[in-house]
Amino acid sequence: MAFAYGPDAPLFHHFSWRVAEGTAWVVIGPSGCGKSTLLYLLAGLRHPSGGLVEVDGVSVTAPRPTTGLVLQDYGLLPWATARENVALGQRIRGVAPARRREIVDQWVERLGLSHVAHHYPGQLSGGQRQRVAIARTLALQPTLLLMDEPFSSLDAMTREELQDLVVELGRGNNTTTVMVTHSIEEAAFLGKRILVLGHPPILSGYEMENPQAREAGYRQRPEFHDVCARLRRLIYEGSNGVAPKAV
Amino acid sequence: MVWHPRRYSWLLALAGLLLAWQAAALLVHDDVLPPPVAVAPVLVRQLAKGDLATHLLVSGYRVVLSVALAVGLAMPVGLVLGLNKTLNAITSPVVYISYPIPKIVLLPVLLLFLGIGDTSKIAMIFLILFFQVLIVVRDAAQGVRPELVHSVRSLGAGPWHLLRYVFFPATLPSALTALRVSTGTAIAVLFFVESFGTSSGLGYYILVESWGALRYREMYAGVVAMAFLGLFIYFLLDLLQRKVCAWVQL
Repeated sequence: MAFAYGPDAPLFHHFSWRVAEGTAWVVIGPSGCGKSTLLYLLAGLRHPSGGLVEVDGVSVTAPRPTTGLVLQDYGLLPWATARENVALGQRIRGVAPARRREIVDQWVERLGLSHVAHHYPGQLSGGQRQRVAIARTLALQPTLLLMDEPFSSLDAMTREELQDLVVELGRGNNTTTVMVTHSIEEAAFLGKRILVLGHPPILSGYEMENPQAREAGYRQRPEFHDVCARLRRLIYEGSNGVAPKAV
Repeated sequence: MVWHPRRYSWLLALAGLLLAWQAAALLVHDDVLPPPVAVAPVLVRQLAKGDLATHLLVSGYRVVLSVALAVGLAMPVGLVLGLNKTLNAITSPVVYISYPIPKIVLLPVLLLFLGIGDTSKIAMIFLILFFQVLIVVRDAAQGVRPELVHSVRSLGAGPWHLLRYVFFPATLPSALTALRVSTGTAIAVLFFVESFGTSSGLGYYILVESWGALRYREMYAGVVAMAFLGLFIYFLLDLLQRKVCAWVQL
């Protein structure tokens, strides 16, 4: 796959990456490396200038009904209440009102939003807004969940709380997750597999296995700190124009 | 009961204006400036008699229809121009050149083409409001953050859904603010276009029936009726904005 924002700004060139069903991936790299663009390509919101992006063997040319996207700035409608925002995807897909109410009630409650369901995004905290965005996306039961730096603007405590929530929501289902982040700790905690991107134009990324990710208490283990240290070194090399290599 | 100064602020403002009018009338002590206490019974009598009420209704009909037409056309056109870069690039110079032209100078042209009836009067007010709403709606549509569009598109939204759930609500507060701001202009233009070539409307009542016949108390009653018409429309738009754009007040 190839992608460029202009003739002088190639981002991906002969880039190839395969994601197995049900895996939890995190993509990390220096600023401007194209990690968010990669997510937009997967979402069908941008199109490669060469090659293909395929999900389930089908070329992605437009947003798929079973791909969910959670953005950094929440992407909530400021003029709709938390509940209306959660219901938006259902409305767009023409789900019958009774069924819609049932689904929305379930997700509003599951994400702990009942007490703020009738508040507008402007009245919610950053963490609550991101919960609404997650509820809105998960209510559509996506098989592929894409998250673009979803917790980057939150304080450390809220960020960890929502990371735990992602782990809890992902337990027991086979949803494939691709999360883009610039936080090394977040990548190390949530990514069972981590893709490290270097400086563009990107020909390939470095793939790291992280089997203990998402386990309770992993943040306190020495292995977690080892993964963080390796990631830090890979990103440092990437941001200095050196293609990431195994460490 | 707790005293909320803001709740009664507009009543206090009204009382202040009436007091200032009363004081000015006492100072001038002339028929050309009767006090509000002398105008009030005339206003009530004229309204009850049916003469002033009819003029008020005719003016109200003209201005409300003009506003409705202006919003009904400027909103969709503004949205289309805001969303379609090619169309906007083609029409932008036309809008840019025609917006600052004082539309009131086109009144003789409108009278020639549409006659001296209601149509030319409504068309005049419509023209003034149309451009103001068009420009703010177009700019507001262009100002919608791409991330918001991306996030809604990712939920499966097509062009119609984007228009309904994103662009229309995003431009509504600007359109209503533009209308509120233009209410004064609309009423002023209404007064002007009703001052000739007609036998109905508040402008006719004030200038021809009252001022021209030296009936000053009736003239002030007409002025008060026109002020109330403006205030009523402004109040309605304000109420609508609070109701449908509650999120803006946060």
